[in-house]
Amino acid sequence: MRVAVGCPIAAYPDGQYDHWPTTGPTLRTSESVEEGYMEHNTRTMTESQSEMQMPSELLRQLVAHLRQNRTQLREEWARRITEARLLTAMTKEEIFAEATSVYDNYVEALETGTFEALQAYARGLSERIIPRGVETDEVIGIVLLLRDVLARSLFAKYQHDFALLNRILDAYEPAANRIANTVAVGFVQERERVIREQQEAIRVLSTPVLQVRERLLILPIIGVIDPQRARQLTEQLLRGIRTNRAKVVVIDITGVPVMDATVANHLVQTVEATRLLGATVIITGLSPEIAQTLVTIGVDLGKMNTVGDLQGGIEEAERLLGYKVVPLGEANDRA
Amino acid sequence: MDAEYNQIGASTELAQPSSDRRYRVFEEARITIETDTDIVVARQRGRELATRLGFSSSDLTLTATAISELARNIVQYAKRGEVTLRLIERNGREGIAVEARDQGPGIADIRRVLEGGYSTSRSLGLGLSGVKRLMDEFEIESKVGQGTKVVARKWRK
Amino acid sequence: MEVPILKQGPYLIASIQSALSDADLVELRDGLVEKVGRLRSKGVIVDVTALDVMDSFATRTLRDIAFMIRLRGAETVIVGIQPDVAFTMVQLGLTLEGVPTALDLEGGIAYLNKKSAASGREAKARGR
Repeated sequence: MRVAVGCPIAAYPDGQYDHWPTTGPTLRTSESVEEGYMEHNTRTMTESQSEMQMPSELLRQLVAHLRQNRTQLREEWARRITEARLLTAMTKEEIFAEATSVYDNYVEALETGTFEALQAYARGLSERIIPRGVETDEVIGIVLLLRDVLARSLFAKYQHDFALLNRILDAYEPAANRIANTVAVGFVQERERVIREQQEAIRVLSTPVLQVRERLLILPIIGVIDPQRARQLTEQLLRGIRTNRAKVVVIDITGVPVMDATVANHLVQTVEATRLLGATVIITGLSPEIAQTLVTIGVDLGKMNTVGDLQGGIEEAERLLGYKVVPLGEANDRA
Repeated sequence: MDAEYNQIGASTELAQPSSDRRYRVFEEARITIETDTDIVVARQRGRELATRLGFSSSDLTLTATAISELARNIVQYAKRGEVTLRLIERNGREGIAVEARDQGPGIADIRRVLEGGYSTSRSLGLGLSGVKRLMDEFEIESKVGQGTKVVARKWRK
Repeated sequence: MEVPILKQGPYLIASIQSALSDADLVELRDGLVEKVGRLRSKGVIVDVTALDVMDSFATRTLRDIAFMIRLRGAETVIVGIQPDVAFTMVQLGLTLEGVPTALDLEGGIAYLNKKSAASGREAKARGR
């Protein structure tokens, strides 16, 4: 941490803060061999308009070449995808269809220098393939393969004129990088959005606080508890206690498959926080395995009021609340 | 007293307000901590600032309590110091950074302090380890005889 | 900010109105411990509904109040701890162990009534 002496924070120009890389095209530095091109190559091309600076004649040549060899190049690309065992969740036909669309969008982005269409396509593609279980590294893998396939074809075409080849590659690479970036970022963003949505949905579904009668709440927990969910459960329960003026809470963990030390500690914390509000917790549904775990890891069970099953827990809760408990058999007879 | 404080301060890095350059700071408040009422002022200011970021009510309470503990440490061990509250942003994420600085006796064994249950004064000894649990990020620098600086951050969920 | 201490039948009610400094808390503690003997109160309710932060000092002082009052022969119950505050307290490991709590004033009075009824029965059983 650096030190600022008596200087208000506002006095720092923005540039003094660490610079975070933008997602613009990166500069090619390695493939240049001829000295004469070095200067040209290292020209900074971080502005988004840099593709527009591509000499129009070179660009036309490049695009024309990619259009002419469309069939062969996208076949080559699809073949390399299969070879590299990418997109294994998709059939050959699906891969070829998507490869065709990506290819066309790719060439269009090269030609026009605009990325909106490609961006939109990348998002749509991600939406289609994320549910199929396609991973981020696969998507990055396929765009890098396309970049490679096209570069190889440019090498083959212009190998007789090395100077021209270099200029073509100079023109091609920043745009190709930008395209690869656009597709990969689009995929990751879409994936993150899906994950966020799923997490939210699970959260809402999985933490119901039910009021079964006055001053008695039930919290049935189903599924795995991670720290985030444990926190959410606790907060929801504490609010529920306050709004319902609950005196007793039955937490049923029959549906919790595993419990490690972290989760157990969360449970203890929930019990403690509930007591601070003035309510009592009864835990039900502790499986033999979980009971063993808790004792083995030394969780303080003295603070926990446990009853075998949910039914027993509710009866105990009603006793605490001062309701008269009718034995099960009798209640059934009456019903 | 004041002059002496500054003089001692000028010779050590810990004494100087540091700007945390890994983040963009868009609001800053400094509160001198000398008495127990300053503790209340600092935590209320922190709550106000974090409210502006749209913190959830439980995160507001966690943050305000952490500020209270840090400010109390200053009063208890160093007698005098400063709490700086900063609203920060990084990669589109917003949060609050709490920096507590003093020129008190310093901490000899930081690790032990952070394990909790350890205190050199009459307190529950939950201060620093507690703050660490309440916040998302926690950094501490301390030199015996020179002072202590703690920075704790909490991000909007 | 001084905390008003009201006498309500056999009980004392301290209703905290706003954020308290350490000195205010200590004053509250001393006031309660003194009054509970002078007014021969059987129970004390400390209402913390208005507190949006209970840090280690506040929690320790409340615990001290409860223990000191117990030594003076009365019961203390803390009422109105907010959900967010309770959540934060347990994160800090501050659980007010051994100190009774209730949801609100009504719950606190109900607790003290039950407690004094129970101790009444005990006294009777001991033949006093």
